[in-house]
Amino acid sequence: MEHFEPEIVAFCCHYCAYTAADMAGSKRIPYPTNVKIIRVPCSGKVDAIHLMKALEKGADGVYVAGCLDGDCHFKNGNLRAEARVNRVKRLLTELGWEPERVAMYNMSAGMGETFARVAKEFTETIRKLGPSPGRNGTVDRAAS
Amino acid sequence: MKTDSRLEKVLAAGELAVTSECGPPRGCRPEKVKEKAALLKDHVDGINVTDNQTAMVRMSSFAAGVLIKEIGLDPILQMVSRDRNRLAMQSDIIGAYSFGINTMLCLSGDHAKFGDHPMAQGVFDIDSVQMIKMVRQMRDQGLFQGGAKIDEPPKMFIGAAANPFADPFELRVMRLAKKVKAGVDFIQTQCIFNLDKYEEWMKRVVDRGLDEQVYILAGITPMKSVGMARYMKNKVPGMDIPDDVIKRLEGVPKEQQPEEGIKMAVEAIERLKEVKGVHGFHIMAIEWEEKVPQIVEQAGLYPRPKV
Amino acid sequence: MITAEQKPIQEIIGYIAPYSNILLVGCNECVTVCAAGGRKEVGLLASALHLNHLKQGKNIDIKEITLERQCDPEYVEELAPYIDGVDAVVSMACGCGVQSIAARFKKTPVFPAVNTRFMGASLSQGVWSERCKGCGDCVLGLTGGICPVARCSKHLFNGPCGGTSNGQCEVSPDIECAWQLIWDRLKELGLESRYEDLMEAKDWRPGGAGGPGTIIREDLAK
Repeated sequence: MEHFEPEIVAFCCHYCAYTAADMAGSKRIPYPTNVKIIRVPCSGKVDAIHLMKALEKGADGVYVAGCLDGDCHFKNGNLRAEARVNRVKRLLTELGWEPERVAMYNMSAGMGETFARVAKEFTETIRKLGPSPGRNGTVDRAAS
Repeated sequence: MKTDSRLEKVLAAGELAVTSECGPPRGCRPEKVKEKAALLKDHVDGINVTDNQTAMVRMSSFAAGVLIKEIGLDPILQMVSRDRNRLAMQSDIIGAYSFGINTMLCLSGDHAKFGDHPMAQGVFDIDSVQMIKMVRQMRDQGLFQGGAKIDEPPKMFIGAAANPFADPFELRVMRLAKKVKAGVDFIQTQCIFNLDKYEEWMKRVVDRGLDEQVYILAGITPMKSVGMARYMKNKVPGMDIPDDVIKRLEGVPKEQQPEEGIKMAVEAIERLKEVKGVHGFHIMAIEWEEKVPQIVEQAGLYPRPKV
Repeated sequence: MITAEQKPIQEIIGYIAPYSNILLVGCNECVTVCAAGGRKEVGLLASALHLNHLKQGKNIDIKEITLERQCDPEYVEELAPYIDGVDAVVSMACGCGVQSIAARFKKTPVFPAVNTRFMGASLSQGVWSERCKGCGDCVLGLTGGICPVARCSKHLFNGPCGGTSNGQCEVSPDIECAWQLIWDRLKELGLESRYEDLMEAKDWRPGGAGGPGTIIREDLAK
């Protein structure tokens, strides 16, 4: 593909990452429109299946953005999210998919610049990796 | 006398007994067994033949024992519970006895994970204590473990191992008591470097009167080098090697370390001769069997008594 | 519970390679508790297989069902309406479940997605440890509630062996010496004297040495 626009899904926790996204917005810090934000009450709400399904349904990359270590509003939801992201990375490797297509990021509510930077960096990482292996198929992925 | 075992005769006569060890080869050559065993001729009352030691496949203790018998020496059949069920054990015991092998050691066996077949099933159909009881029943009642009569029972002199240095220390005398209750005739201990601890164990053994119910042979191993001492201290479970043993070897140049090790072994024997309840010595000099005669002689245990 | 671990994904992919229409069956009991084959794991495995097939450019239809348990014919029967529509079944239950399905649906190949490991208990979240070997003649009343068959690497009945060190088994520092545990427990219970009772050679028949076991309750069996 000559011009590839990655489809990115970002699960953002309400207390930190989503608020950081808001901050980026109000400070007029641009970030790629490739990133589609899904707000969750806590990054710990995100389970492995959500990451897998996002990839299955056509996302080229998925990341989870949660609070900084020690700051999770629900104690350790961010640690659980990280463990799940790592588990999915291992599974992807075993399947011959690039583990870089999923990632975990941590930030605080005031870190608007960080939110934008992460969104940009991840989009570029995925752009370099190319379209998800799922886009090779001729199957009707929407029918899952 | 319960058996024709030379070891029993020496012990029953009130003499200090001496046994040593021979590891069979990892192949089929009989001369390797005979040459090693021949080094011990006239200096020991029995030669332990190890049984797949550290779970590495070797010529069987039974076969190597037969070869040792062929050169006129006294093998001690070692049997671990890791590799055989009770049928195979009893089968090998009566088979070995038919060749004139009349002394054996009942052991649990190192776990297969240490050896060259960690994927194998460990049998452990019966444990070492149950094995002692089984062999005792074969000998004294002429019955197999399952209850049937044996056509000509094997008169085995029954031994087992004891490790005064393994954890937990408080159990080590009680475990010996269990083996005595099961009917063991003699014990060989793990090699002794911490003489104080050993004497503490012996004291408790004597306090319980166990020294009058079982013959105890103290285990002695000569250190070849300070490297060997450090390895045994750090890497081998169930070993207790005090720092001053290491220091003593460190204080001597490398070429003199073997002689120092032998000196220390002889000194240990001399000290342990005075300890109540010690009925003899089991000298383990793995791959250094040629030094055993020197140790036996320097410790004043040569010639062996005529029985 | 019976614990299990998922097989390597490539092994499972190998099993289903000839098929494009499979029934993926989970179990709501033991394998759910040890997070190997419950509803969640069914969803994840189905998704993983989809990701694989997307990459390969192949098609696969996966019907996901989780039964209450797979080791009872009443529940296995619930699969009947779906069997004709699939080429193969992949079961995420323990070996008992896989075999129950295979016994009922003889014309459809059934594949295991997990390796059954052991009968064990949860120590804490995500950690399960072997506790029972099903030896058929339980001696826990004599050993202070600690099993010498399941927890001693050599299943000694008159242990410990000479290889214990600091309460650890010679096999691995991660394995506690069962006989150290038994001795400590007997002391806590004031039953030290029991240690010197000889435990006799075991009859291994109730535990399987006499052939695969069957239990029949006359009052319950029709």
